[in-house]
Amino acid sequence: MTTALRVEGLTKRFAGMIANDDVNFDLLPGEIHCLFGENGAGKSTLSSCIFGFYRPDRGQIFVSGEPVHVGSPIDAIRHGIGMVHQHFVLVPEFTVLENIIVGTQRSGIGLKAADARKKLSRICESYGIVVDLDAYVWQLPVGRQQWVEILKALYLDARILILDEPTAVLTPGESRILFNIIGEMCARGLSIILITHKLAEVMQSNRVTVLRKGRVVATLKTSETSPDELVRLMVGRDVSFSVAKPALAPGEEVLAVEGLTARGHWGETVLNNISFSVARHEILGIAGVAGNGQKELFEVLCGVRKPDAGAIRLRGEDVAGLTPRALMDRGVGHIPDDRFREGLVPEFSIAENLVLGWQRSPKYRTGLMMDRRAIADLARDMIAQYQIAARDETVAAGKLSGGNAQKVIIAREFLHASGLILANQPTRGLDVGVIEYVQRQLLKKRGEGFAIVLASEELSDLFSLADRIAVMFKGEIMGIVDPRTTTIAEVGVLMAGGREGGRS
Amino acid sequence: MSQLFHEAIIISILASTLRIMTPLLFSSMGELVIQRSGIWNMGVEGTMLTGAFAAYLVATLSGSLWLAVIAAVLAGILMGAIIAFMTAVLRVDHFIAGLGLNLLAGGFTLYWFQSYIRGRAQPTFSGFEDVDIPLLSDIPFIGPILFSQRALTYLALLAVPAIWFLLYRSRHGLELRCLGENPKALDVKGLSVTARQFAAVTFGSAMTGLGGGFLMLGFSDRFLADFTAGRGWIVVVALIAGNWKPKGVFIAVAAFALLEALATHLQVLGAKVPHQLLLSLPYIASIGLLMGLRLRPGQPARLGVPYTRE
Repeated sequence: MTTALRVEGLTKRFAGMIANDDVNFDLLPGEIHCLFGENGAGKSTLSSCIFGFYRPDRGQIFVSGEPVHVGSPIDAIRHGIGMVHQHFVLVPEFTVLENIIVGTQRSGIGLKAADARKKLSRICESYGIVVDLDAYVWQLPVGRQQWVEILKALYLDARILILDEPTAVLTPGESRILFNIIGEMCARGLSIILITHKLAEVMQSNRVTVLRKGRVVATLKTSETSPDELVRLMVGRDVSFSVAKPALAPGEEVLAVEGLTARGHWGETVLNNISFSVARHEILGIAGVAGNGQKELFEVLCGVRKPDAGAIRLRGEDVAGLTPRALMDRGVGHIPDDRFREGLVPEFSIAENLVLGWQRSPKYRTGLMMDRRAIADLARDMIAQYQIAARDETVAAGKLSGGNAQKVIIAREFLHASGLILANQPTRGLDVGVIEYVQRQLLKKRGEGFAIVLASEELSDLFSLADRIAVMFKGEIMGIVDPRTTTIAEVGVLMAGGREGGRS
Repeated sequence: MSQLFHEAIIISILASTLRIMTPLLFSSMGELVIQRSGIWNMGVEGTMLTGAFAAYLVATLSGSLWLAVIAAVLAGILMGAIIAFMTAVLRVDHFIAGLGLNLLAGGFTLYWFQSYIRGRAQPTFSGFEDVDIPLLSDIPFIGPILFSQRALTYLALLAVPAIWFLLYRSRHGLELRCLGENPKALDVKGLSVTARQFAAVTFGSAMTGLGGGFLMLGFSDRFLADFTAGRGWIVVVALIAGNWKPKGVFIAVAAFALLEALATHLQVLGAKVPHQLLLSLPYIASIGLLMGLRLRPGQPARLGVPYTRE
């Protein structure tokens, strides 16, 4: 049987760093082939080379058995290769139709929209995709925007489709629909390369290729492997999946939020009547698809955004509207979701970042000057204690990997906070080993008596860590559930805007 | 004052508004094309100045105004190519590229001008005459305002719907707007972002150069240092005020031109306000506008952000 696509001996270097090392890969017609690996394992580099976005240093690509040269995406498109990027490449101000046809018409002056419309309605109809071609993309929910990306590829007659982390922004329900359509595509002879780090999705594929540090570790039939084996191959050692969460009775209430409402830049409501409480020894999970108010909630709780109504009580004291400084002084620690923008100053050293926000503390200064020795000593302690992989404390934080940068933030917040930790997506984009580490650290703080608010887009994260899970949708809490008596599917319904107990 | 006198003044104000608009329209429509492609070109002032100087040089050397117009356009293309090379190819910060170009244009035109006129009286030329459109120019009131203008004024007015058509009805316009909103969306379809931005900047700068050329050939008979006197910056403000839409930019340019026309006429009528203050009206208005327009919903999302694949 001829392969739909074959890659032989592909090597790609970036500034001396090897991203793909002698990679061999093949894709059969009609199969779903997963690329599985940690961040930086070379999945995205490999797919970008296949799509012509990067030029490999060595190696040959074959399409339907014929050697081809893919020097730019236009070559890839000509050979029937399409790609759905992890971060959608759409123009929000364009309509769906405009997004699909832009750059595809190579002659004439006027737009030939009518022909495109006909072809697209045919494609939509045959796959059962419902999308309004004249809607502006900014009006569409994220799940629908994914259809637009897929239609872009199908409109260009793709026979090979690369999907890069396609469910990162989808609810469980939307993911299911996506996989139904992927199945339908395969049935029609399209071949799919699926890049993912979610095991549940890997298990739906026909074959899986595991990458580690740019090399292919193994290519396996999915039916003949197991999640445990795949993770072992990916990480190169055994990783325990579920962190053990000791049963702890919640202590006295630390944070109580009542009727919290906040408005955005344009006056729209971003938080609507939010109420919850967290106690000592308790982790409150916040579930929800990205962009449903989690970020705004954390901003209000840490004082960056002013609430319009409602009360926030910290150990009984109303702290709504206080400055971040005042909240830090009251023992609130904050791990923001955007590490390199809000969590750190990338140009500052690890040592400077570790005292950032606390530089006025007498511990870190002598008179008007910074006490550089005390700060450096502290930083060396923290680097050892949190196993931060860095040459020394003078390395710029921006040079660290995501996992090590997160450890710097965690070290700083855990060092200075007392009582309450606000953690927004603390494991997003991290490797399995670091995720496990961050989870252990949060549970350790829970054991010490902290109250923790933890938002995550990974439901598995919340189910293994949280004592209760509040589900957010469009700035509202749809329900607060007990993970011991709730299923992931039930939480998924709430994430999509359904109400607890089937009310709508 | 008599009724007749009033009418004559109003006609004169409106007619000169249109004339003042002409160079601003060329330049702003050119700049609109450039900014819609994602390049925040700060070099409008320098490009207009260079266009004006090229027009002066060729007009006095050859005596042909139309050759002078062509020279202004070519000067604009040259300046555009420099800006495009810096911004689209080398991906230099757009503001720094534009500011550098303005400084270069200011110094270079003055140097060339002084070596050109050294040791002799400054050569002059006589600029464009009004072109009366038969029949239409005889319509009372409207005729002298609309149909007794310089030939290039008619062209500038036509440029507005032409640019609108280019942006919103042609495939090139769709690609152009895509560059400003999300250039990667073109890149993933295999089209060169750099080549298209280069083309947009050179085309737009040709129009900007033409604007500078008309400023010379339609208003003056000689070159002076800092001839454009901030009109390039007015164009930049007009784009923001016009929310990056052809119609909006047209209205903004018309408003600036009306203010300037009023200022010059009030001076003639002997208003008891220092005339420097009157002449600064458009600039005061533009600062007020910038303070009021903080939201800018129409601004292209990637305006001023150099594009790289990573």
